[in-house]
Amino acid sequence: MTRSMRMVVLVIGVAFVGTALVWAALYMPGFGGDWHPYRDHAAAAALAHATANVVSSVNFDQRALDTFGEESILLGAVVGVAVLLRPVEGERRRKPKNTGHVLDSTRLLVVLAAPVALILGIDVVAHGAITPGGGFQGGVILATGLHLLYVGGRYSAFDRLRPLGLFSQAESIGVIAFAAIAASGLAAGGAWLANFVQHGTLAQLASSGTVPLLSGAVGLAVTGSMVVLVAHFLEQRLLVWPPRSEESASAKGDEGEERI
Amino acid sequence: MTVYPYVVAAVILLLGVIGIARSRNLVHAVVCLAVAQSATYVLLISIGYQHGGVAPIFSSSSTAPKHMVDPVMQALTLTDIVVSATVTSLLLALTIQIAKQHDTVDPDELRSLRG
Repeated sequence: MTRSMRMVVLVIGVAFVGTALVWAALYMPGFGGDWHPYRDHAAAAALAHATANVVSSVNFDQRALDTFGEESILLGAVVGVAVLLRPVEGERRRKPKNTGHVLDSTRLLVVLAAPVALILGIDVVAHGAITPGGGFQGGVILATGLHLLYVGGRYSAFDRLRPLGLFSQAESIGVIAFAAIAASGLAAGGAWLANFVQHGTLAQLASSGTVPLLSGAVGLAVTGSMVVLVAHFLEQRLLVWPPRSEESASAKGDEGEERI
Repeated sequence: MTVYPYVVAAVILLLGVIGIARSRNLVHAVVCLAVAQSATYVLLISIGYQHGGVAPIFSSSSTAPKHMVDPVMQALTLTDIVVSATVTSLLLALTIQIAKQHDTVDPDELRSLRG
């Protein structure tokens, strides 16, 4: 298909889908209305299990099975990226060059912000059942806090500070812990992912049964997978790609050698 | 204007699709896909919104959940964001591999290379 032909198809498709979407929007429940049947049921179910944060209740209690699937998707993505970014034939790794310049103000900001980000991440994971947050959000904050060290320093130093094996283990342990809690629900509560732990008092740290446990497991898995994912991409920066073919090698040869 | 947010979601989706179709760089196409997917965040949050609604978090059991925005939609949006992040990372990894194998990230050139 030529480019102009593709544009014709695009215009027809966009016009058709756009019309259909606007037409569908006209028959949607009005924006901002008070008819939310799912909300009413989810809120009642969250109250029954003493979970203050209804979103966490949906994610880690009422529909925890979906979250398990989501965590598996995350694991699958990490495995997929690892497979896709494996070294190809003729690829070499060069030593990281320590020539970059980091501003002192950047360093200072990183020194101040990294511990805050780590504490905030732990806080968001731990309080997922009672305040906004949970395993996914907290895990991403934790991984971000770690990578602040990369922004404020050298890659080689960051590479030594970050035990990658530990993070891939953290990821697996997170997924296994989720499955173990789910199976414990089967043993103690009679159903996969049953909320079998004492529910406690609403809005207390140790409330809502298995929700904080599952949230912690997800936080561990998300931190691990984010760190491993970013590590794969950062590592690509250090790879010297193999020469393509005769023509491209001769055309770009000098420039390529220069970069190494 | 009770349909306005839904139309915004539709426009974001179509802008993303147009970007993918017109793309001359696979990284650009991946980002456009992320834009298209972010339309679903707008749509889900719009569906769950209620005028004067509060965050779906109880402070004590006496609080009646009458004016609460829909937590199910927020949970779905969270799932959506996670899936979007994984898809983006996988596609970017694919793009790196394509760049290594074919020395180009232009979708049009890729086709001519493969014949």
